[in-house]
Amino acid sequence: MKQRAIVLLTVLLIAGFDLARAAGRTGLQVPKTVEAGNAFTISTNATVKAALYIVSPAQVLRRDVQPGASVVLAEGDLHNAGHYLALLVTPSSTEKAEFDVVASSQTTAVSFLAKPSRLPVNLPEGISGVAYVFDTFHNLVLKPGPVTFQLSDAGGAAQTRNVATRNGVAWVKMNSAPKAGPAQFQVDTGGVANRRVVQQVPGDPCNLRMSAKRSGERVVLETEPVRDCSGNAVSDGTVITFTQTYNGRSEATVDVPLKRDVARTELPAREGSVISVATGVVMGNEIRMGDVR
Amino acid sequence: MKADQRRFGKPLLLAVCVFATLMLAGSEQPAVQVDPEAGGPRSLEAQTRAAVVRDYLQAWKSLSGALQENRTDLLDGSFVGTAKEKLTDTVREQQALGMMMHYRDLSHDLKIVFYSPEGLSIQLLDTVQYEVQVIDHDRVQATQHLSTRYVAVLTPTEVRWKVRVFQAQPESVTGQRSEP
Repeated sequence: MKQRAIVLLTVLLIAGFDLARAAGRTGLQVPKTVEAGNAFTISTNATVKAALYIVSPAQVLRRDVQPGASVVLAEGDLHNAGHYLALLVTPSSTEKAEFDVVASSQTTAVSFLAKPSRLPVNLPEGISGVAYVFDTFHNLVLKPGPVTFQLSDAGGAAQTRNVATRNGVAWVKMNSAPKAGPAQFQVDTGGVANRRVVQQVPGDPCNLRMSAKRSGERVVLETEPVRDCSGNAVSDGTVITFTQTYNGRSEATVDVPLKRDVARTELPAREGSVISVATGVVMGNEIRMGDVR
Repeated sequence: MKADQRRFGKPLLLAVCVFATLMLAGSEQPAVQVDPEAGGPRSLEAQTRAAVVRDYLQAWKSLSGALQENRTDLLDGSFVGTAKEKLTDTVREQQALGMMMHYRDLSHDLKIVFYSPEGLSIQLLDTVQYEVQVIDHDRVQATQHLSTRYVAVLTPTEVRWKVRVFQAQPESVTGQRSEP
């Protein structure tokens, strides 16, 4: 009899404890995934006053919850993408749920890095473009989406590449154009565009040639217009070196910057000497004094 | 003399225990695993990989300190740009609510998925196990173990790599490699 009474008392205690816990139980229901900035509702069915916490490194919110009420998070309340922990805390219980806030699928900003800003013409895969895609709340849009890169040179010719983002980033490598001048490098995704200017400069000189003309005791040396292998005029200021040798020994060296595509200088007209022209690693022609009139 | 021992002995023992616990807790390092494969397109040198991983893990320490002490200045050494702005906002939200969070990273499974052609940004994915303790007005409301995947973009600064984008990514979000 005594044993039965103890068992009955124990059962009643357990049931009472469960009932007490049930009284504080709230039924926290959170959507598994929410789009950043969208309004949504968290239902709690709380029977007592509670506090709702929504926490992550990206954002923190706290809301007071009235018995029986749901919590409405208005548009823009939760706008940073992240993995969130929701806590519903009553005096007697704590309920937990996890959910994700994902970036809006609509792109509103693209961070575009084009390198280099200046490069020689005709360089295969010389220009790189990297685009990071963001939504209106500066969340990286991780869902794959199409991105178009276009490189248009000064003459209007364009190269276009379509790629898909992966983890919010897309990239390309493109060739520089044969024609020197500023090129427009543009990235376009979801109606959002960003543009950079890439300066394409002439390459190394090609076919460097000079002519000589005797003028009394001096010889006047002048190059032909200096151009790269694609026919672009090499930049003014490029140094052209004239060297005079006699019996294999260097007699004179003159560095002359290009001015209006040509370099001009004078050297002593010593019979039997040899004059050569060069720029960088490019060698031009040689002239032997004696042949010059 | 014995009375003095009794009077000071227990608090001293307690202090030693607390100090030892704090030291042990402070020395706890997260388990770190790094996938040897790199996503390219730029080739990744071992030294660069080591620096990126070291600076990313340091960023977690900075984040944890900033959100535990509600100090935005602790973010300066490891974060820039959007990541820094968002974490700064979180610290301010916590301050306004009288809350603190204690984040403790337990393990990182890292994979470098993108190293930009010009070397100015690097992206990694981190499946991280961590613990968060939610403290409201000095009262611990809950402690929860969480697992999630973070995507982080780091950029080089004068002396270290800093985190520019730091965002949790649901497992369902996947994509194809972007290749020209």
